[in-house]
Amino acid sequence: MTESEGSRTFRVAVVNAGISDPSSTKLLGDRIAQAVREIAVRRGHVVEITTIDLRDVLPELAGALASGLLGPRFTAAVNALHEADGVIASTPVYKAGPSGLFSSFFQVLDNDLLIAKPVALAATAGTARHALVVDEQMRSLFAYLRAMSVPTSVFASTEDWQDKALGSRVDRAAFELLLLMESGFEREVRGSSWRKYQHEYGSAGGNELTIDLDSDLMRLATGGSLKPKNSVIEGIDES
Amino acid sequence: MQFGIFSVSDITRDPVTGVTPSEAERIDAEVRMAVKAEEVGLDVFAIGEHHNPPFFSSSPTTLLAHIAALTKRLVVTTSTTLITTNDPVRIAEEYAMLQHLSKGRMDLMLGRGNTAPVYPWFGQDIRQGLPLALEHYNLLHRLWREDVVDWEGNFRTPLQGFTSTPRPLDDVPPFVWHGSIRTPEIAEQAAYYGDGFFANHIFWPKEHTQRMVEFYRQRFEHYGHGTAKQAIVGLGGQTYIAKNSQDAKREFRPYFDEAPVYGNGPTMEQFTEMTPLTVGSPQEVIDKTLGFRDYVGDYQRQLFLVDHAGLPIEKVLDQIELLGSEVVPVLRKEFASLRDAEVPDAPTHASLVTAKYGDAEPRQPRPNANRGDNVTGGSPYQDTDAVADASQSGAPFGGDTFGEDD
Repeated sequence: MTESEGSRTFRVAVVNAGISDPSSTKLLGDRIAQAVREIAVRRGHVVEITTIDLRDVLPELAGALASGLLGPRFTAAVNALHEADGVIASTPVYKAGPSGLFSSFFQVLDNDLLIAKPVALAATAGTARHALVVDEQMRSLFAYLRAMSVPTSVFASTEDWQDKALGSRVDRAAFELLLLMESGFEREVRGSSWRKYQHEYGSAGGNELTIDLDSDLMRLATGGSLKPKNSVIEGIDES
Repeated sequence: MQFGIFSVSDITRDPVTGVTPSEAERIDAEVRMAVKAEEVGLDVFAIGEHHNPPFFSSSPTTLLAHIAALTKRLVVTTSTTLITTNDPVRIAEEYAMLQHLSKGRMDLMLGRGNTAPVYPWFGQDIRQGLPLALEHYNLLHRLWREDVVDWEGNFRTPLQGFTSTPRPLDDVPPFVWHGSIRTPEIAEQAAYYGDGFFANHIFWPKEHTQRMVEFYRQRFEHYGHGTAKQAIVGLGGQTYIAKNSQDAKREFRPYFDEAPVYGNGPTMEQFTEMTPLTVGSPQEVIDKTLGFRDYVGDYQRQLFLVDHAGLPIEKVLDQIELLGSEVVPVLRKEFASLRDAEVPDAPTHASLVTAKYGDAEPRQPRPNANRGDNVTGGSPYQDTDAVADASQSGAPFGGDTFGEDD
């Protein structure tokens, strides 16, 4: 099979934007998580699943949108995402787009939080006419966040729940997510080239605290000068 | 330790009375606040700079000069002076003038400004905000320290043989605080020059403030200005104080709920829990403010925001009264008893003069005659050459010079 690195424990966070209970959106997210676990167990691994029900952060959402201040529930969700090896993001489709709760949640988070993190994308809807929402809207959101979305999108309209094809899409997405986690892709990116991504101080859920003292701006801060206007902005005028 | 108040100069509708003060009323009120601050024993008054309604403070040095004339002891300063959209030459000139008129009872705090449309009004671009701030300050620093400056950079026309007038009072530049929330480059610049670092400390969780102050302290030590704990740190804070906690909360809630910066966001209770905002009794303000020391260490200046969100002047004056009579005296005593003996006070003009000259007479530059421009070279002041020589050779400054320009 794989070049086994022995038994490993993967942490998977399921972000569920469904608001009813039971909810088909939650069901779909959980089903992908379950599939990840089953495949992982067959390959000798352990999977720990944390579910982030976005309904729980609703009371803090208005404040977070208005002031950028994250309340305790938001902070717990950020921590869970930061620690996760893989994420399953599942949302209902409203009015031809991911739910406002889902979009707002990710808009409030730091841009740096999900860099290189493997993510499986899933959505539910009442009509098949919403089928491209995952690929046209969710995928671009996670591309902006520089997350690693798996190739297979999981979309379930009402009629899909009675179609075996949904199960095979779930399995494919789950397998892809597991492979990305096994590959250590995120770890490699973060370990070897984290500094090459643009970061804001205190971002990535408050974890990005490194300061590059060797940048042009830092040299300018300490009495140096940028190159005169007509030359390339990189580099420093040593004269 | 210095205590004072700072204002952002907003003109906001009072949500209780429905009345929006006029610019004239608000400007008068601000002057009354400053005078009151001195009366009740506070040390510092600071005003922000804005160039767009609903703010009135576009000309901080004019306001501060007036306040300095009405007071005897108060230190006047800014919160903040825009180092990006102001020409550093104008900053050097205007604040040197304020320094003379206030007899050294001033300093200034620098910030970038965060309103994109304002930048082009002054020929600048917010996308260049950070390099602008850094480069402008490098120039400002020299303009106050060198009689004649040759300079070339990216954001303003080059200077050749330029002399900024008047020279700083006693040839001692105003003390500068660099204000920043989460920009390490600004903290680094403050540390590099041995200037003060001011963390606004309002609206944000304390962890941001803590990390940034710690970085500034480490770098201050790195550049040899003293140990990390001797670095010069200032903090902001917001309060609404009443004799008892319930009254404070009841009175401030309508202002909080409709304030442009808070309204319809987290509740007042959540906000007080997550940020340095204190709404309560004098004792509650004392307790929370003393707690700031736990995460930034001993610091030198604490400014409180007390006049925003449409609060009427009478309420604001009550706040200042309570700060002066019940809060600050206790804070002074408690902070002093906790303070590490190594930690210096915030620099004042007097302490900077002593540091530069010891017991000697401070330099008082006298211009040479018939110069009339900044480009004909030579020494603008009778002692310029001697001062330049002394600073180049590293010799202590001697005031024994004379004579005409040759």
